[in-house]
Amino acid sequence: MSGTFLGMPSLPVFGIGNLHEHEPFPKAAHRELGNTQLRANLGHATRTIRDKRLAVVSELPDWEELREAGRAIKESVMARLPELLEQFEANFTARGGIIHWARDAGEANRIVAALIRDQGADEVVKVKSMATQEIGLNEYLEEQGIAAFETDLAELIVQLDHDKPSHILVPAIHKNRSQVRDIFLREMEGVDPELTDEPARLAAAARAHLRRKFLSAKVAVSGANFALADSGTLAVVESEGNGRMCLTLPETLITVMGVEKLLPAWEDLEVFMQLLPRSSTGERMNPYTSLWTGVTPDDGPQNVHLVLLDNGRSAALADEMGRSALHCIRCSACMNVCPVYERTGGHAYGSTYPGPIGAILSPLLTGITAEENSSLPYASSLCGACYDACPVKINIPDILVHLRGEDVDSKRGKKRLPSQMDLGMKAASWALSSGKNLGLVEKALPLGRLAAGPDRKITKLPGIAGGWTQSRDIPAPPGLSFRQWWDKEHQAPAAPPAATGTGDAGTEENP
Amino acid sequence: MRIALFATCIVDAMYPATARATVSILERLGHEVIFPAGQACCGQMHVNSGYFKEALPVVANHVRAFEEDEYDVAVAPSGSCVASVKHQHAMIARRCGDAGLEARAAAVGRKTYELSQLLVDVLGVTDAAAQLGSYFPHRITYHPSCHGMRLLRLGDRQLELLRSVAGIEVAELPEAEQCCGFGGTFSMKNADVSSAMLADKTANICGTGAELCAGGDASCLLHIGGGLSRQGSGVTTMHFAEILASTLEHPAAVTGDVRLTTGRTAQ
Amino acid sequence: MNARTEILDRIRSALRDAPAVPDVPRDYRRSSALGEEELIELLTDRLLDYKANVFVEEAATVPQRLAALLESTGRYAVPHGLDQALFAEADAHDAGSRRVTDAPGHRLSVEELDGVDAVVTGSAVAVAETGTIILDAGPDQGRRVISLVPDRHICIVRAGEITAILPEALRRLDATRPQTWISGPSATSDIELERVEGVHGPRTLDVVIVRG
Repeated sequence: MSGTFLGMPSLPVFGIGNLHEHEPFPKAAHRELGNTQLRANLGHATRTIRDKRLAVVSELPDWEELREAGRAIKESVMARLPELLEQFEANFTARGGIIHWARDAGEANRIVAALIRDQGADEVVKVKSMATQEIGLNEYLEEQGIAAFETDLAELIVQLDHDKPSHILVPAIHKNRSQVRDIFLREMEGVDPELTDEPARLAAAARAHLRRKFLSAKVAVSGANFALADSGTLAVVESEGNGRMCLTLPETLITVMGVEKLLPAWEDLEVFMQLLPRSSTGERMNPYTSLWTGVTPDDGPQNVHLVLLDNGRSAALADEMGRSALHCIRCSACMNVCPVYERTGGHAYGSTYPGPIGAILSPLLTGITAEENSSLPYASSLCGACYDACPVKINIPDILVHLRGEDVDSKRGKKRLPSQMDLGMKAASWALSSGKNLGLVEKALPLGRLAAGPDRKITKLPGIAGGWTQSRDIPAPPGLSFRQWWDKEHQAPAAPPAATGTGDAGTEENP
Repeated sequence: MRIALFATCIVDAMYPATARATVSILERLGHEVIFPAGQACCGQMHVNSGYFKEALPVVANHVRAFEEDEYDVAVAPSGSCVASVKHQHAMIARRCGDAGLEARAAAVGRKTYELSQLLVDVLGVTDAAAQLGSYFPHRITYHPSCHGMRLLRLGDRQLELLRSVAGIEVAELPEAEQCCGFGGTFSMKNADVSSAMLADKTANICGTGAELCAGGDASCLLHIGGGLSRQGSGVTTMHFAEILASTLEHPAAVTGDVRLTTGRTAQ
Repeated sequence: MNARTEILDRIRSALRDAPAVPDVPRDYRRSSALGEEELIELLTDRLLDYKANVFVEEAATVPQRLAALLESTGRYAVPHGLDQALFAEADAHDAGSRRVTDAPGHRLSVEELDGVDAVVTGSAVAVAETGTIILDAGPDQGRRVISLVPDRHICIVRAGEITAILPEALRRLDATRPQTWISGPSATSDIELERVEGVHGPRTLDVVIVRG
């Protein structure tokens, strides 16, 4: 197997670009939570999509079998990645495609800009792509004097509003229809001033706005959902037809794709094209999927390029506990079911990849110590809804916990004062590592009763525990712990007969 | 059957009535309950906060404590703690390079059940009124805690047991499967998000018109109850074990006070 | 070191624990046993759900149906390989003057395609369960662009092309041919996640299913 590594193990090389949380997640979340319009929009949208997804998933008798196949295929891709990449490359180039390799975001951006310049073009049309978002391609092209036009409706909304995407499938999920109308009225040249906020009218406005661009574009930039190693085929899954326009009309097509997107064989697509549409838009099938293999003479672009991107993927792959995050097919089901995402929205995560998958993928790609990415794995109550929804069964909660461990360990070596959390955990470790110690601590419970006072609740705690009492009381502790009660019951020679009910079991004094 | 009770640290220290109710139910069914004295905590607070090194002695203690006595099965009135025993203990031992502990932890995990799992799957309890004499003449609603639901796949076991209690009225909780926002140290580290989740949960609970919200995890109930108390809602929380243990002769009291779960006053 | 070598080296290094290659359990449905009428019924149901228009015809009535569908349109495009006899009825009215054909050596430009009202194509395979019609650029379907630019796509699906589920369809296709999978007219869910039909691709999809 060509995947066997015989050289010196290299240190992981992390990714750069739009993969970072710039402030601690709790701080960003605090700000976003204050936006009531955002919360209403997100609550409405995520509820809608959750219901749709459940309906189409429950329709398939073999959903769990498909998930299991999807998981196994992706695991096999990761294990065989070097040979599959070489196989894909051979097949794609044999049919006239040209492959470029990019170690990181900067290299990918330079490759794409050079390819555009080679065509003498100063503008490109773009199909929604997470990879180009991740590498900051639009911003780079703008610096280079090349205008990039996003053509997906939601991306267009975000671009016109000079905003950032907040969801990987529906980048403008944080905007409602009337906000979209206002953006169109403000930013879209030649738009009908009578435009209403009906989604159909808004979609029609986008069609009219982009039509000329599509028909005259010389170069298009896309991402790819899947790449089939055994045939050299690329696939783009979309809804609006903007993808077909970009993939079909221009003479030159440049696709940017992460190295992990491979599938071994054509038949594997039958699994993923059942998993992806139902998990993402909650449809039995998305309106359009395009497949191309290198160049087809006389049909579609005749200059076909693919930029294969590492940008931290090899580093994520090196993490045995975390590598399955690379199985992600960007369906967004995890964020749609996540109670944290639903309340904070995607901007709170900083990175191109928000929500539960972003909370693991971003720090895996950049390393846990990059900027504020160490705060991302804590952006979860570990409720597990994401794992249940994931079509390829990425155990996101386990990886979140794994990365929390990485974070704690990364800070251990450093010379710094231990945090309140460090001290608390150390003390708790002592108290909770023997029944005797816990028994000793429980002897102090009456102090808690004293602190609770006559209304028998504690309403304010100091330090990090103050986070608790900002919205919750703590009940006064009981007079006797269970352990103390049990000892009393079972050591007294004249113990009463066995308890027969809660009432009988209770001998707790209530002063 | 000889059943080892794992009370869990939070129930032991804060909600002893839940553990006493568990003992009561099991003894009513004719089983012997033992309380391994060395037990303390499952360690999931440490694990879930990333403090694996600090978790190790806690895990090792649990494994040791539940190896010392002879028993048929162990039970805990908590989905979350049982999930930790079953799914995290061996992982922590493995990560810390202790293969011996890993195997022993897995063995303890296999013998450990969540209370409703034990009652329904092992002890065959399907009708709490008939089999336990459970009586609780109150309108309640029920929150299924995440770890029981998603890690242990408890399904409707707790809810069905509650529905079979005499006199009870169970109101459906809207968006029941949404996390309450507790999440261990999440509730402090991400207190704002946790509070926002809690606010939606308590609003849904209050909307049912129930006197109390039942559940199977003391930590989630501490969180939800703490929120309901802070809001002055008059609605409270109670572990399902206490409702199952409640009888016509010795009813569990619903006080509307945050300290409702006290069992009875001294006789 | 060039980027290719370096990336492949990084990946090999990342996999130095030599993770096992798992067997892929393919326990999902891979074949089905629906009869022709059931397939047509299921496909119709799913296409209607996508807001496509569906017409189920006998081979003999297809020309009539096409004539009716094309009655109110102006010019329409067809790929060279589509059976011209299908238009016998339509031609009776206009002697084929509204029809423009995309053929090797006589390619329609994007501007010409933008100027027609509709396109009529055949199809390669269809998947009933998902309401998907797959074009693989065969002679009766033509280049990808011709079914994209016109605002209305009239697509002829022969009953023999219909499979029940996706795995059956894939087995009939060659991955290396350019493919377009079509499930209804273009649509978007980008505003409040509500589906709206009709964006950049054809806003109207008429499907003529031919029995037998």
